[in-house]
Amino acid sequence: MTYPLVSFKNVAKNFGKMNAVTNLNFEIEKGEFLAIMGPSGCGKTTTLRMLAGLENPSSGEIRFNNRLMNNVKPHERDTPLVWQSLALFPFLNVQENVEFGLKMRGISSKTRQKKSLEWLEKLEVRELAKRDISTLSGGQKQRVALARSLVMEPEILLLDEPLSALDAHLVIRMQAVLTQLQKELGITFVYVTHSQSEAFAMANRVIIMNVGEISQIGTPKDIYRSPTNQFVAEFVGRNNILSGKVYDIKSKIAFIKTNSGNYNFEIIDQNIELGNTLNYIISADLMNFSLVKPKNSNIVNCKLISEEYIGSMVTLFLESVDGTEFKIQMQEREHSKLNIQNGGKYWLSWSKKNVHTLKQD
Amino acid sequence: MTKDKFYNLILKFYLFFIFVFIFTPIAFSIIFSFNSQRFPTIPLGNFSLEWYIKIFNDAEIWQAAINSVIVSSITCLIATFLGFCTAYSDYRYRFKFKGIYLALVLLPPTIPLIILALAMLAWLSKIGMSGQLWSIICAHSVLTAPFAMAIIRLRLNQMDPDLEAASWNLGGSEWATMRNVILPYCKPAIISSLCLTAAVSFDEFAISWFVSGLNKTVPVIILEIVQGNIDPQVNAIGTFVFFTSITLVITAQIFFLTWQMKGKK
Repeated sequence: MTYPLVSFKNVAKNFGKMNAVTNLNFEIEKGEFLAIMGPSGCGKTTTLRMLAGLENPSSGEIRFNNRLMNNVKPHERDTPLVWQSLALFPFLNVQENVEFGLKMRGISSKTRQKKSLEWLEKLEVRELAKRDISTLSGGQKQRVALARSLVMEPEILLLDEPLSALDAHLVIRMQAVLTQLQKELGITFVYVTHSQSEAFAMANRVIIMNVGEISQIGTPKDIYRSPTNQFVAEFVGRNNILSGKVYDIKSKIAFIKTNSGNYNFEIIDQNIELGNTLNYIISADLMNFSLVKPKNSNIVNCKLISEEYIGSMVTLFLESVDGTEFKIQMQEREHSKLNIQNGGKYWLSWSKKNVHTLKQD
Repeated sequence: MTKDKFYNLILKFYLFFIFVFIFTPIAFSIIFSFNSQRFPTIPLGNFSLEWYIKIFNDAEIWQAAINSVIVSSITCLIATFLGFCTAYSDYRYRFKFKGIYLALVLLPPTIPLIILALAMLAWLSKIGMSGQLWSIICAHSVLTAPFAMAIIRLRLNQMDPDLEAASWNLGGSEWATMRNVILPYCKPAIISSLCLTAAVSFDEFAISWFVSGLNKTVPVIILEIVQGNIDPQVNAIGTFVFFTSITLVITAQIFFLTWQMKGKK
C-alpha cells in the first residue's frame, strides 16, 4: 500500500486559549508544488512550522509516509525550511552556511565541501563561496538560503514566504528558479505565502486558509474560476459577487432578483430551487463594457469610481445606483480607445454562462 | 542654531572637565612614579626607575600581583559562565516569576560594596571559607556575574530568533546548536564580558580587603603601604594597575562596539 508523503488528520494547534489552526485535513503527494495561502494570521505559518516540528499539534495526527510525526524533534526530521528572515548564520561564510546541515549530520569535511560547491553552482552563486553573508545582496542571500536547504537533498522542502523581502523584478526571476528547481529535482515543495500571484504562478495545488481553517483546496484554476465560498471569492480578488433570491426557473435558467437588478444564469449541476437565496460570482475579466445600453439580459448601469493599472491590464471599479460594487478588467490598449472618465455612467453586461455559484455558508 | 552651538560648546567644556578631573590624578601618579624625590612635590627631581626596581624586588608585592591575577582570571571565567547561563535562560525560556529571577540576578551591583563585603565576610567565615583566595573569587564572581549577564543578554537580544530554529531544522541537536550557533554568535560578547569582569575583579578593593585575610591582592597592598607612610612605590604600582585595567576595559569596548556596529547594518 502506498501512502501520501504527508498527511494531516484533524490537526489542531492552540497557543493557550488562542486557536491557531483547527480541523486541518489534507494530504501532500510526492513531487507536487503545494502553496498554502491566506491573509496574515490565518494559520499558514503555524501549519508549516508543524511540518518542520517547530510546533507540536495540540491534537490530531501528522504522518510522513504513514509514520506518526507528532512528537519527533525538529532535528530528527528531514524537512529543511527556507525562512522568511532567511536565517543565514552571520558568523559563517557562504560555503560554511551551506555545509552546516551536512556537518550536523556528521558528514566528512571532504564530501561536505564537494556537495556545498555543487549546490552553490546549481544556484549560480558558486563564486560567492568564500564571501561573508553581510556582503551579499537580497537575491544572493536567497539563493544561498535555498542551497543550504537543498544540499540536504530532502524529500520535501518547506518555504515560508521566502520572496517577500525581494524587489518585484527579482521575485519574478526567483519564481522561475524555484519552479525550474522543483521540476528538475522532483522534490515536494510546500510554499507558504500571502501573495496570490506567487502561489498561482508556481503551485500545482493551492490550499486557501482563513482564520485557522482550510477554505478551499484545489488547482489554481479551480480556485480562480470556481471558488467554493465567499471568502475565497473575495480573497482571490477581481470577482463580482452578487447575492439575491431565485424568483423563477425556466428550462435550466435561473432568474434571480438582486439589489442592483434582475439577472439570470444557466444552471449546470447546482441544486437550485425556487425561493433560494444565493451568492454567485462573475469574474472581472469575463465582464463586458459598453458606452450604450446593450441588448443582453444581464446588464447593469454603473458609475465609474476609480481605475487601477497593473501592467497592461486595467481594472475599473464601478458602482450601481443601489451601491453594489462591480469590477471589470480589460486590456489597457482597449481601454485607451474608449473615452472613459471617472464619474461617467457606463453599461456592464455578462453572459449567463459565465456565472459561478458559491456554496451557502 | 546659535543657541544649539552655545549648548554644544558648554557640553564640550563639561565633558572636557570631567576627563580632566578623572585623569589628572592618574597622570600625576604616573609622573611621580618616575620621580627620584621621595615626596610628590614640584619642581620634580630626576627621572628615575628606583620605585619600579623596588617593587620589582619586593616579594610581598609580587605575591599580591600573582594573587590578583589568579583571582581575576578565575573570577572572569566563573562570572562569564554564570552570566551566559542566566542570559540564555532569559532569552530562551518563559517561566513564572521570571521578573523576580532577573531582579535577583541583577541585584549584587546595587548593594553598597561595604555591606556586600561585610555580608560576604560573615557568611564565608561561618562556613569556614574566609581568608582564602577562593573566598575572594567567590565574592567577586557574585559581584561581577550581573555585568557578564547584561553584556551577553544584549547580544542575544540582537540575534534573529530563527537562527536557533534554523540549526535544529538542519539537523542540529540542542547541544550541537549551542556549540555551533549560540556560542559563536555570542563570541564577541563573551570576550567582552571576560575582559570587563576581569578588570572589575582586578581593581576591586572593599570586598578583597574584607575577605582576603592574609592573601592580599594588589589594591589591598596599596592601602597597606599608604596607611604606613608616604611611599612613591604606590605610584609605580598604581601605574601598573591602571594600564592593566585600561587595557582590559578597552579590549572589552572594542569587541562591544564592533558587534554593535555590525548589528546595526
